[in-house]
Amino acid sequence: MFVAIIFALVIVGSIIFHFWSPWWWTPVASNWGNIDDNIILSFWVTGTVFVVVCLFMAYCVWRYRYRPDRKAEYKPEDKKLEFRLTLITALGVAALLAPGLVTWNQYISVPKDAMKIEVLAYQWGWNFRLPGNDGALGTTSVSLISDENPYGLNPEDPNSKDDILVMDADLHLKINQTVKIELRSLDVLHNFYIPQFRAKMDMIPGIISYYWFIPEKKGDFEILCAEYCGLGHYVMRGRVLVDDEKDYSNWLARQITYEKMLAQKSVEKKLLIAENKN
Amino acid sequence: MSDEYKDNKIEAKSADSSSGGYAPPVEHIPAKEAPEQELYHAKSFWTKWVFSQDAKVIGVQYALTATAIGLVGLVLSWGMRLQLGFPETFSFLGPATYYQSVTMHGMIMVIYLLTALFLGGFGNYLIPLMVGARDMVFPYVNMVSYWVFLAAVLVLIASFFVPGGPTGAGWTLYPPQAILPGTPGSEYGIVLMLVSLSMFVIGFTMGGLNYVITVLQARTRGMTMMRMPLTVWGIFTATILALLAFPALFVACIMMTLDSILGTSFFMPDIFTMGEKLKTGGGSPILFQHLFWFFGHPEVYIVALPAFGIVSDLISVHARKNIFGYRMMVWAIVIIGALSFVVWAHHMYVSGMNPYFGFFFATTTLIIAVPTAIKVYNWVLTLWRGNIHLTIPMLFALGFIVTFVNGGITGLFLGNVIIDIPLSDTYFVVAHFHMVMGIAPLMVVFGAIYHWYPLITGRHLNQTLGKIHFWVTFLGAYAIYFPMHYLGFIGVPRRYFEMYDSPYMTSAIGLNQFITIAALIVGFTQILFLYNIFSSVFKGEKSERNPWKANSLEWHTSDYPPTHGNFGKELPVVYRWPYDFSVPGSDKEYIPQDVPPSQVSTAKAEIT
Repeated sequence: MFVAIIFALVIVGSIIFHFWSPWWWTPVASNWGNIDDNIILSFWVTGTVFVVVCLFMAYCVWRYRYRPDRKAEYKPEDKKLEFRLTLITALGVAALLAPGLVTWNQYISVPKDAMKIEVLAYQWGWNFRLPGNDGALGTTSVSLISDENPYGLNPEDPNSKDDILVMDADLHLKINQTVKIELRSLDVLHNFYIPQFRAKMDMIPGIISYYWFIPEKKGDFEILCAEYCGLGHYVMRGRVLVDDEKDYSNWLARQITYEKMLAQKSVEKKLLIAENKN
Repeated sequence: MSDEYKDNKIEAKSADSSSGGYAPPVEHIPAKEAPEQELYHAKSFWTKWVFSQDAKVIGVQYALTATAIGLVGLVLSWGMRLQLGFPETFSFLGPATYYQSVTMHGMIMVIYLLTALFLGGFGNYLIPLMVGARDMVFPYVNMVSYWVFLAAVLVLIASFFVPGGPTGAGWTLYPPQAILPGTPGSEYGIVLMLVSLSMFVIGFTMGGLNYVITVLQARTRGMTMMRMPLTVWGIFTATILALLAFPALFVACIMMTLDSILGTSFFMPDIFTMGEKLKTGGGSPILFQHLFWFFGHPEVYIVALPAFGIVSDLISVHARKNIFGYRMMVWAIVIIGALSFVVWAHHMYVSGMNPYFGFFFATTTLIIAVPTAIKVYNWVLTLWRGNIHLTIPMLFALGFIVTFVNGGITGLFLGNVIIDIPLSDTYFVVAHFHMVMGIAPLMVVFGAIYHWYPLITGRHLNQTLGKIHFWVTFLGAYAIYFPMHYLGFIGVPRRYFEMYDSPYMTSAIGLNQFITIAALIVGFTQILFLYNIFSSVFKGEKSERNPWKANSLEWHTSDYPPTHGNFGKELPVVYRWPYDFSVPGSDKEYIPQDVPPSQVSTAKAEIT
């Protein structure tokens, strides 16, 4: 009696906790609200199974508790019942999987009008690179990285020249602008994760991974590294600020292109040489 | 072959005496195909109890060693929980210590505790007894298996004492981070970890060959595959998985050791770190992940399948009812085992692998839910119309069902590729795998220990302590991991030493403190359990023979508890499956496997 009641209470308590829990996801700020819908669907389907199975178990524990005069049923198999349960389960699983795969297909199909942005991760921080007026990002190589060329941009590539380098952990995005972020790591695995955007992907040295989203809410969102990357993993934070058109242009105007940076550096270098000569 | 031996007479005697009911008209049992092999008979204390070739002793040795290192894993988890619940309170916990604790806790619990306990511990003790063999087929190799395992554990412990301490790379040991200086223990700790894992695989392979071949070759007469207890089916299938999966881990370990010591680049691409480009180049970090998870996912089932098998037997025996849908249960175990080799990349949905893999692996992963769900239905349907004794093993079996279903359904979230995107690398994952492959299998381990302790020692564990142990562990563990899923929904990432004032975390401070306190309470209760185990050896209530009235052969040995050679002069002959409880028409409440139909002539047992 006591045992069955406690088991039933555990289940009821779980349901209550689920519906009254103050801990729930942050409001979605990107176009990936349909991922939340998939989660809700899974909750209902699997939650029902959990509650039914466990309450049935608690019922059996109470109803068929030991009595010296009771004799258990002898029934090794029931093919019809087993077949029905298999079928229902298979249908339930299909009902979860099908919409999930449809959404996944959206997730990996980047719209053509997406603006490309490179996210560059290192132990332990974030940098960004935006394409200039040509809309294309220049190619890069780790072996080209130097003080003058912190991103390892290919100076031969004409697309490199007008690339905008954001050497800062804050990235600004224009609201409702579709972005494809190209994820690049210099050293170890990292992961570019903003809980409110729901999206996530590892960054791997040597490979460029990507995902896309549309920031749909203005605001200030924290970037978290979501793939363990060593001692500083937990301090590897950054910010994404989603601006309206005007704020975004203001911010963009303050950024520096690769070409400009090269020019600045060479001026600095000349000054340095000049100083040394004096 | 069969007519070469005189033993034929034995079954000929009983063949003409059966009659009636559903029982087969002729008690057909195959003749002995080969004479028995002479066992190795230990003479001295050392060869009997230390360098023992007796699978029962080896099983206990495995179990004790696994428990000892498991205690280390438990203590490490307290360090982590203290930091997460009460950050900036404990000065001895820096980020390096924290990450080392996370890593060692994970690896110890998964490999050195659970795998070793289920296969090395329960496998060794139960397989020969349950299939009616005198010992494993290769007793000497079996002994070496344990000693190599012990050496692997010692190497693992040694890594705590080398400069830089143990590795803090996370239990997945992902390169390049695992062997670069930004990670604690990246110089010596990681190498010792890799060496220890390689040794574990070598030791396991010796034991594993024994378990598989003993099941295939050393079953007693009449013990067909479809008459084996599900415990044996679970351990047998898990061992096959392990024999196929561990080599992937082994090569990954060797390759990373070479990357670390000789500067090869199996897993090392062009890397720019600490202001310079490393000499490495051309390797693939994702290759390691594929190798690791090709082992790592079957590993989940290496732990789960023995638990599935054991819990089936616990439920059946303590509910006095045959396991419902035995054949379906066997096939479900086999199908889950086979499918577990084609789902590994669901651990890598966000790894940056080709995104089209997502379609395939999400589909295979969710298909596994079907045979798994069938097993769950069959467990609860076994309770239906049973006569349920709420003994401690049964309580743990019930606790297993709740935690396993809970952890199983969250697997449907994470297996569905798109849902994994927001949830992976958050506390949702931590809660999921602790529930499904931590707490649920441990419930079975505990239930199994209360169940078979009398067989091993001839005494019962203390019941009061046992009940306290069950309720605190079950309710406490549920209180730890159920709310933890919701941290994941908020977006709290795992493997964070501290969240500071992140907006995600401020709302969850109280929850984290609660989880920490619950974890400490549950942890200390395990010490109570260990006390019970050790004190009951001397003080426990004496157990009569076959106290649970079970049918399987391990309870029907000539000596109780079973001694060297397991069975008496003659090996038992098996006539039925081990689930003939409450058979209609029978005057006996249960019919052990070695009882011929002639002795229960009125029983309407189905032919198995």
